[in-house]
Amino acid sequence: MSDTNTSMVEKYRNNFLKEVEANVEEGEWVKMCMQCGVCSGSCPLGPHWDHPPQELFMMIRAGKRDEVLESTSMWMCTSCYNCIVRCPRELPITHIMHGLAHYATRLGIEPKNQPTRKFAQLFWDNLARNGRVNELKLGISLYFMNGIVEGIKTALGMAGIGMGMVKTKRMNPMEILGGHTVKDKKGFQAMIKKAQELEAARVDN
Amino acid sequence: MSDEMKIGAYICNGCGLGERLDSGQLETTATRDGKAQVCQQHDFLCSEAGVKMIQDDIDNEGVNRVVIAACSRRAKTDAFNFENVSIHRANLREGVIWVRPDTDEMTETTQEMADDYIRMACAEAKFSKIPEKSGEQGINKNILIVGGGVAGMNAALEASKAGYPCTIVEKSAALGGATAQLYKKIPTKAPYADPEDTGVDEMIAAVEADSNITVHLNSTTTNISGAPGRFAADISAESGSTETRDFGAIVQASGFTPYDANQLPEFAYGKNKDVVTQMELEALAKEANGGAIKRPSDGKEVSSVLFIQCAGQRSKKEGHLEHCSGYCCSASIKQAMYFKDQNPAIDTTVLYTDLRTPGAGGENFYRSGQQKGVIFTKGIASEVVDGANPTVKFKDLILDEDNDLEVDMVVLATGMVPNSGQPTRAELTDMDSEDAEAEKAGEEVEIRVDVESILNLDYRQGKDVPHMANGFADSHFICFPYETQRTGIYTAGPTRRPMDSYQAREDAVGAAMRAISEAENAGLGRAAHPRVGDLSFPTFRKEGCTQCKRCTVECPFGAINEDEEGYPIYNESRCRRCGTCMGACPVRVISFENYSVDTVGQQLKNVDIPDEFDEKPRILVLACENDAYPALDMAAQNRLEYSAFARIIPVRCLGSTSLSWITDSLNSGFDGIVLMGCPSGDNYQCHFVKGSLMAQERMSKVGDTLETLNLEKERVQTFEISITDIHRVPQIINEMAETIEQIGMSPFKF
Repeated sequence: MSDTNTSMVEKYRNNFLKEVEANVEEGEWVKMCMQCGVCSGSCPLGPHWDHPPQELFMMIRAGKRDEVLESTSMWMCTSCYNCIVRCPRELPITHIMHGLAHYATRLGIEPKNQPTRKFAQLFWDNLARNGRVNELKLGISLYFMNGIVEGIKTALGMAGIGMGMVKTKRMNPMEILGGHTVKDKKGFQAMIKKAQELEAARVDN
Repeated sequence: MSDEMKIGAYICNGCGLGERLDSGQLETTATRDGKAQVCQQHDFLCSEAGVKMIQDDIDNEGVNRVVIAACSRRAKTDAFNFENVSIHRANLREGVIWVRPDTDEMTETTQEMADDYIRMACAEAKFSKIPEKSGEQGINKNILIVGGGVAGMNAALEASKAGYPCTIVEKSAALGGATAQLYKKIPTKAPYADPEDTGVDEMIAAVEADSNITVHLNSTTTNISGAPGRFAADISAESGSTETRDFGAIVQASGFTPYDANQLPEFAYGKNKDVVTQMELEALAKEANGGAIKRPSDGKEVSSVLFIQCAGQRSKKEGHLEHCSGYCCSASIKQAMYFKDQNPAIDTTVLYTDLRTPGAGGENFYRSGQQKGVIFTKGIASEVVDGANPTVKFKDLILDEDNDLEVDMVVLATGMVPNSGQPTRAELTDMDSEDAEAEKAGEEVEIRVDVESILNLDYRQGKDVPHMANGFADSHFICFPYETQRTGIYTAGPTRRPMDSYQAREDAVGAAMRAISEAENAGLGRAAHPRVGDLSFPTFRKEGCTQCKRCTVECPFGAINEDEEGYPIYNESRCRRCGTCMGACPVRVISFENYSVDTVGQQLKNVDIPDEFDEKPRILVLACENDAYPALDMAAQNRLEYSAFARIIPVRCLGSTSLSWITDSLNSGFDGIVLMGCPSGDNYQCHFVKGSLMAQERMSKVGDTLETLNLEKERVQTFEISITDIHRVPQIINEMAETIEQIGMSPFKF
């Protein structure tokens, strides 16, 4: 358990709803859910979630901190925005799902083996380096996400498609050596750093 | 009317009638078969010129029975509105040309239909009299209001504004009723975010300042006799004095009694002082008056509170209320705000299964509660464990798990028990009791019930207005909410259905307006809803009466009393003119001037019955004029076709159907009979409450009659029709036609 996590538990003691309201993006909306279940019914991946959004909101109100933050559910969200469009109470459900996932990550208690979480991390690392997504590297790191053996297998399986993409100039093999960047890479990185500082300062308060 | 009868038949050629029908033939039918002394045609009968033509004949030719062969009796009533004559309509448009295809081979049967309707209308005209006033009428503008809560007070204020003096009789020592016990009320104005002041004090002041309103506190109505326009009420004070006063109409706004929470031992009520009802919390909030609410057991400031919704309500368990009281969800939100507004750190949880916040602002108020941080948990409480702090055990319905919560105080959202007085004799006999057994055995039974009567009506049928499910005063929820089964007595507020104080105030306006209109109607000798303005009233031929009491028992409105010999006494202004008594009378002595066993009986006898070998059966349709007949009209407007062999006669209520009509029509050669009434039962739509039920019961015995005539049972069928059954009604008629095709023609044709 990370220090932040311990301190947050301490700070909000038994009031998880207040913790969510203060720390999760759009978290102040959670109390407005009226448990109609339209979000859960509208979610295209709904049946695959352990706890659909409506249930997560109820769990937050019931103070089930660990079950919520360690849950894989909000990581299942694909941002299709069906729930937001349909929610009669106009809750920004998609944003709250991402907010919860982000908060769990910040506390270091997110489900480590959830594939979406892994992909999200790879994507961010890839993007934050040059300010551009390097698709070749992202693809390769994705293949090797679950170990070398599986990585080689997947890479071989995808070789034909890869060659085709190179031939039709959809993929540049030279990207493997660094790859393209934004014009002002230094500036970009400074910007990201500043944002992280601001975020950290906000959390500490 | 002493003058000679003169029938004038007027045939319209408009709306395509002229093209589809042979109007010369119709004229011949009217004069030869219908014996109309005057007969004229017009291309546009409902136009000014057409109407003038009829009026001229009334004025100059002495026509006093007007037969209009044009559209349905429900159409153009403004145009065909002649005074001091009786009006009879042959429905050639909706009843004939609109329901039949316009083809050459159909012309013959279509014409036969039209001819029959003219014969029928003329026959009805021949046997109708023009209604005259009975002389029983008298106007009395005073309105009696039983109950001085917000509903009663508002009824008085509104009626007084309209110029009708009111008398409020209140049982307790003060006006204001249940609302006066509240700290604040559920908001009634936008943005519906915070509890509002009850406004009861202002209302009481307004009532006291109104010279048109008399208030009797500590008083009850110990006897009410008479009828609309001439009610006599004994108003007895607790001190023992009684004064008798006369009233034109009555509003019953006797409110509700909070459900007795002692019946909820599972929630530790009575055992743990910190388990209170909503009404008790109102008292605590009043005491705190904006400060911290202290709990009853040790006076500690409450820091956490849980509301159990539907406590002893919406449950079929013995001793629980089956209904939803409708106001308690909003009330709990309001009460949670008492805590949150004083100190947002107080934990407030509302434990609900279905949160229902009726009214325009209900949803906003719910949202406001959520914004203020009230926690809403969907779950069912199973038990409150007694302790220094009560612990609520509940099943969370979203998380599907058992949970418990320790709080400083628990509030039970118990419901409303209507103050609707005693059940009637008829309701008692429906129940499974010793009294009921004795009553059925024909013994005279004193009604023994542990409920005090409110109105103490001096009616043969019982001391209070009849009840429906869950003890609320019976009224039709949607169509005629204020109407009770006692004409001239209107219910308002929670005595007729659960509601909050705002709804009760609104409700009172409606009931007051109905009371006013009934006082006026009674003064003119006119019927109340639904035959508003009808001047006819039932009379009976004493020589023929066998004192069987069926009319008094079956009248849905308690309109008929008995004299010492057991003959019926009609209270004209209590009567709604449905004719259920007429249908009930086994010796056919009851009739109205313009509606009797003959006016219908002669119509069906005047239908031309073709020879058995003509392959033209005849189907008699007796259709309730309130729903089935309009449904048939609408089917015609949609050009839905039905059999050309059907002959439709509207009846005031299927309950007025005399069995003689059935036997007579079978004897005269009708092949099938279709009876169309309104749905009966708990969700009845009968405009006369019990008429269709009575008809069903009587028709269930018609099978024996058919057997004695050696006829198939399928020939007589009863249907429950709603006004929306537009596609079903033609289908029913066509199915009867098919049935006849299968079982063959009636052998009773001459």
